[in-house]
Amino acid sequence: MNIFIFGFVNSVILALTASGFALVYGVSRLANFAHGALYILVGFATWLFLNRLGINYIVSILLSIIIVSVIGAGIYRLFLIRVKGMPASEIIASLALGIAIMELFRWRGFISEAYMLPPFVKGSVSIAGVMIDWQRLIIIGVGLAMMCSLWLFTHYTKVGLSLRAIAQDKHASMMSGIEPDRTAVISLAIGSALAGVAAVVILPLGNITVETGYMVLTNAIAVCIIGGLGSWAGVFAGAFLLGFAEILTAAFIGPQWQMVVVLLFIILTLILKPSGLLGKQKELEERV
Amino acid sequence: MDQKIGRNERLDRGIKVRTEGIYAISSWKGMAYALLPTFSFVLGMLILPLIVPSMTWQRIMTISCIFALLALSFDFLAHFVGIVCLGGAFFTGVGGYISGVLNSAFGLPMVITIPIATIAGGAICTLFLIPCLPIRGIYFAIVSLMYPILFHRVIQALNIFGGTDGLPGLATFPNIWVELYFIIPMTLLFTFGLRRLVNEDFGIVLRAIKDNDQAVRASNINIAWYKTKAVFIASAIGCFAGACLAHLYGWVGLSLFALDFSIFPIAATVVGGAGTLVGPIIGAFILAPLSEMLRAFGPLRVVFYSLILAGLVVYKTEGLVPFLQRKYHQFEHWTEV
Amino acid sequence: MNENIVLQVKGVNKSFGGVKAVDNVSFNVFKGEILGIIGPNGSGKTTLVNLITGFVKADSGAVFSEGTKLTGLTPDKIAGLGIVRTFQIPRPYHSLSAVKNLVVPLYSSRIMRTIGGKLGDRDTVALDILEEIGFERDAHVPYKLASAFSEGYLKRLELARCLALRPHIIIMDELFSGLSVSEIAAMIPLVERLQMNGMTIMMVEHRVRELFQIAHRVMVMNFGEKIGEDIPEKILESEIVKQAYLGVT
Repeated sequence: MNIFIFGFVNSVILALTASGFALVYGVSRLANFAHGALYILVGFATWLFLNRLGINYIVSILLSIIIVSVIGAGIYRLFLIRVKGMPASEIIASLALGIAIMELFRWRGFISEAYMLPPFVKGSVSIAGVMIDWQRLIIIGVGLAMMCSLWLFTHYTKVGLSLRAIAQDKHASMMSGIEPDRTAVISLAIGSALAGVAAVVILPLGNITVETGYMVLTNAIAVCIIGGLGSWAGVFAGAFLLGFAEILTAAFIGPQWQMVVVLLFIILTLILKPSGLLGKQKELEERV
Repeated sequence: MDQKIGRNERLDRGIKVRTEGIYAISSWKGMAYALLPTFSFVLGMLILPLIVPSMTWQRIMTISCIFALLALSFDFLAHFVGIVCLGGAFFTGVGGYISGVLNSAFGLPMVITIPIATIAGGAICTLFLIPCLPIRGIYFAIVSLMYPILFHRVIQALNIFGGTDGLPGLATFPNIWVELYFIIPMTLLFTFGLRRLVNEDFGIVLRAIKDNDQAVRASNINIAWYKTKAVFIASAIGCFAGACLAHLYGWVGLSLFALDFSIFPIAATVVGGAGTLVGPIIGAFILAPLSEMLRAFGPLRVVFYSLILAGLVVYKTEGLVPFLQRKYHQFEHWTEV
Repeated sequence: MNENIVLQVKGVNKSFGGVKAVDNVSFNVFKGEILGIIGPNGSGKTTLVNLITGFVKADSGAVFSEGTKLTGLTPDKIAGLGIVRTFQIPRPYHSLSAVKNLVVPLYSSRIMRTIGGKLGDRDTVALDILEEIGFERDAHVPYKLASAFSEGYLKRLELARCLALRPHIIIMDELFSGLSVSEIAAMIPLVERLQMNGMTIMMVEHRVRELFQIAHRVMVMNFGEKIGEDIPEKILESEIVKQAYLGVT
């Protein structure tokens, strides 16, 4: 039972962290390797606002999310726009920027355990005989709310619909007057914001470290590849499969094997079924 | 309408045209012109250790060579075969660990461990990368990026090969001169060897695979086999670099799988000039000393060359060697239109 | 009768998603003939070529060539059997010169097997093939980068790439497309010469008039199906074919 609940929580966590990455890739075919960096950027920014500037927690959160959205959009507008269409260059450029950001934090000394964000609600509650803290429940709540609002956004608002249009058929959307560059900037801003939301609800569970950034990136890639790029159902499937796999590994084999399992899953998926479990992209193999 | 519209016209230098092909041997000046770049490059590499001020700098030369080899392997795969491999760290890790374990556990001397690490390491890395060859390039890049991290975690989790502490006390080079005058000539050997290879028929097929692999298949060539051979060459070079690194410091550890070794070669290639095979070497010799000078700043140097990499990739600079080639072979002048 | 059939296509089918690209097509190709394949856009001609040469896997049906089953083989193996194709949009190796473009097929196992060490310098053989095909044999033209050639030259280079493999069947996918009338007029003797030297040629074409000048037999496709197979004169008169191209009268 323990495993079920924590597995569920872990899956939601993975889904949240991966959603930003999946959105950007789904809409602009851009693998944003700076995703992990943006995640911890929010964490550190919120910490700074809270502890160094004494700003109210909620305001800190909002400020950080806004800032990271701007930075994410800026990364596209200044850098990635110049290499769009060349996937290797996109990966290299976004990875390099992500590493630069993360290592910058490491240089400034953000590696010790002193960096923590306070949970929203302290304490825990017992559900079905398992002690679970309120923060984790909040995570589940936020996760589900996020999924719902994303669904509503992409189905009912003009901007959201244009995102879906570009994701489905870039050229047809262009002919309908939707500008791919503007959409990409928007998707990156939203994707970064999603990373930010994920960060502020999840980071209170532990410390903010630079290593977390790398882990988040790996996990996001894993979820998207395993579940399949191009569909939200895929993100869910990937998140849940990986989420439970991680918890089971930690419980029965040992926590140090978690990352190994994640990486093995990525590699095996790419070798056996490159489009992922529920992926819609069929053009992953070389063809005429 | 007094505006003068002009353009910058680039013309081959007279001497270049006169020394085209076989005509290079028609005059001493012509031969000198044709040979000067290569000659000065080789001479420079060989003499550099003698003119640097201190032993620290000499050590930096060796490190530069290690990174130069990694950059060479990246450039070869990326620009002559069309395979973007972000797993430089995979090669250094595997090569370094094979060499280190052979030396530490079996007491084999350096002259044996390094060749074995090169060949066996190349084979092992290739085996792991083979399944990923048919899938589209971007996914190959991701998987190659993940492999070093995977191996790092496995070694850590299983606590083998020294685990987190690594294996200390390995054999090192007898002295700095042996070190330098082994690694530098080997680097030159690999560079010019690859340069020759890409112009031989085998290399032509590899370049054709990069340009248009379907047409190559239509010409009765099994591209998977050729790609495999290319990956083997590149990983063997990378493993050689890793093995040398192990014996340079007398120690192998998980840091051999660091992301550094994957990112740096790309930065060096972009700085020096992609697709030239000599460019990455020069790029490494520029970036490695700079990065060592910044070592005092710790992680800042990673920031430094990550930003350089991002900037250069994005602003699509041609690189140092193509720039120099252009200046050497052509002159510019303003003509009115 | 059977010794004369070099290619047998039996009931091949291929769908892409919901679209049936090739619908139960069967035909034979006879040794030494020029078989034309025509049909409106989207009739499945190129897919048929892809199916025969292994670039696309058939959903059902089979293709045979002199006893060997081709369906299921990879494209490089089929080329190794002597069945080659050109690509509709010429795809030379842009970063290599014309000569080096031909070195690639000369490096194939088919050539290595049949000629082996007697090939000599591949560059020289390549120059010979280029000259046969109509490239000037001088110090500049064969050494130009493939990206610098005009369409007419590129089409010839495609053909040269095929000829370098010493095939016995060439499938030409819209060789004449993109060429001017004079360029086509220059190509036709080349194709005829190949056929007279014993080559079997399948030509998928849009330029019906030019094709009918040289084809011995013609097959017509529409919506993935074969709707006619006869000598050119009969095809011109056929009502079914007129309907396919011009619509219901």
